[in-house]
Amino acid sequence: MMAAHMTTALRTPRGLATAVLLILLAVLPLLTQAFDQRYLLSIGTRIVIWSIAAISLNMILGYGGLVSFGHAVFFGVGGYAVGILGANGISAGWIQWPVAILAAALWAAVIGALSLRTRGLYFIMITLAFAQLVYYVGAGLEAYGGDDGLNISRSRFSGLIDLRDKASFYWLCFVLLCGTLWFCSRFANARFGLVIRGAKSNDLRMMALGFPVFRYRLVAFTIAGAFGGLSGILLANEGAYISPAMMSWVKSGDLIVIVVMGGMGTLFGPLYGAIAFFVLEETLKPLLDLGHRGWGEYWQIVFGPMLVLIALYARGGIDSLLGRRHG
Amino acid sequence: MVEPLLRTDRLIKRFGGLVATDTVSIDVRPGEIHALIGPNGAGKTTLVSQLTGNLKPDAGRIHFAGRDVTHLPMHARVRLGLARSFQITAVLREFSALDNVALAVQAHDGHSFRFLADARRDERLRAPARQRLADVGLAARADALASALSHGEQRQLEIAMALAGDPSLLLLDEPMAGMGVEESLRLIAFLRDLKGRRAMLLIEHDMDAVFQLADRVTVLVYGRAIASGTPAEIRANPDVRQAYLGDEAA
Repeated sequence: MMAAHMTTALRTPRGLATAVLLILLAVLPLLTQAFDQRYLLSIGTRIVIWSIAAISLNMILGYGGLVSFGHAVFFGVGGYAVGILGANGISAGWIQWPVAILAAALWAAVIGALSLRTRGLYFIMITLAFAQLVYYVGAGLEAYGGDDGLNISRSRFSGLIDLRDKASFYWLCFVLLCGTLWFCSRFANARFGLVIRGAKSNDLRMMALGFPVFRYRLVAFTIAGAFGGLSGILLANEGAYISPAMMSWVKSGDLIVIVVMGGMGTLFGPLYGAIAFFVLEETLKPLLDLGHRGWGEYWQIVFGPMLVLIALYARGGIDSLLGRRHG
Repeated sequence: MVEPLLRTDRLIKRFGGLVATDTVSIDVRPGEIHALIGPNGAGKTTLVSQLTGNLKPDAGRIHFAGRDVTHLPMHARVRLGLARSFQITAVLREFSALDNVALAVQAHDGHSFRFLADARRDERLRAPARQRLADVGLAARADALASALSHGEQRQLEIAMALAGDPSLLLLDEPMAGMGVEESLRLIAFLRDLKGRRAMLLIEHDMDAVFQLADRVTVLVYGRAIASGTPAEIRANPDVRQAYLGDEAA
């Protein structure tokens, strides 16, 4: 039955495109090695990490309709947890990673408990304010680099996997991406996900049906924070570097752009969005630099109008361009 | 005398200088249909909103199923067996009709902190939901998106959702609003059939429906309950004729 399900999924353009994409991502280190394009692997790694963050944002933004404008804060919480533990002699990933994820989840619960009582613009501003709060705390931590950030040593896993090896690290990120996708696909159609999605459609109705909506949203926010923290851990390990810039409001905005561009409330939308975002960044910059040296800095002048076009003509994002959804 | 299922005790709600609910004490007994009528702006929906927990009364108490629920949140009252349909249709538009009712069933099937199993394949939710849809005559439209249903069908869906949790009391806020004659007649027959098994507080403008269905009628004018009695008593009440039925009786 599972196999039958998968073969029907493969017959749709969406299913086929997704399958090809996942296979390409799975073998990316082999391709970049074969064509000797190491730099592409580092872009690929960032795409995969940002996809995990975007999927976690999509859980509350896409499925829950909660426009959180501070999601990059979890990059920061996850990254700084790794960096601070590492600087204090605790370099074991077995300890660092659970602590970092727990810290991100806890912080998400705090933000959620205070922000989920508001809605609309207030919710956006409060989530932003909490992210900025952590940003300035990070910038004030002189012992951990302050504004300049801090070089850190990568997490150690008792020799099981060496995160300094680019290909190994990429594959670890890819496996975690697959796990995140799997969880999201289950969550979206489980009882919990339907409550969150119902509340996006009409939260008053859901309360009148007997759902304590606030509680469910708070748990969704916490889960999203935990996965966000995971992406922060990976981001810190990718560059062996943490800095407040990881969690600036610009990064939060980029995450929203990625989710909206890819397709809110769709499983693979955030992945498409992350690919499009980084590919455009990497191609527009040199293209503009061809026109005039230095123009590449302003790639967003071209990127911005593209977003407007997507907002106007492809409201379901890239995902909607792949045809009708079947479930 | 039967203990009432729902009872309000001198309920007061003010909006600035306006007293929207003025010392209202009403009750609904098990199995009866109690209709609440009154001109626009009489405070009917304000009263219902306090019963469901949307609004907090400024004074007075609300008792339901033997408990003081004045300070219980909405979802807790629903758990006790109080369900509501909305004046303005409020189905979940992006979901199918069956999904809508299945969510209503889910609300009464323990907590929903279940993250992995596919709820759309859960017969514990789907089977009773299909039954409720059949009850209100929507079985054939189970897979249609709620937004694609006609206005009348959406009202039927509302009722199916309200019934999903086996409530002891239904608060029906203008269930016939915007319905065609035929749909209204079908709904009246359905509600009459339901009478005796569930108590209902019915807010309705359609006087024919009210006088056909109700065991008791309370008339609300400017937030005050000016009269309460059987449909025959209400028809004969001179205050009511003057205040509300005025032009119809003339």
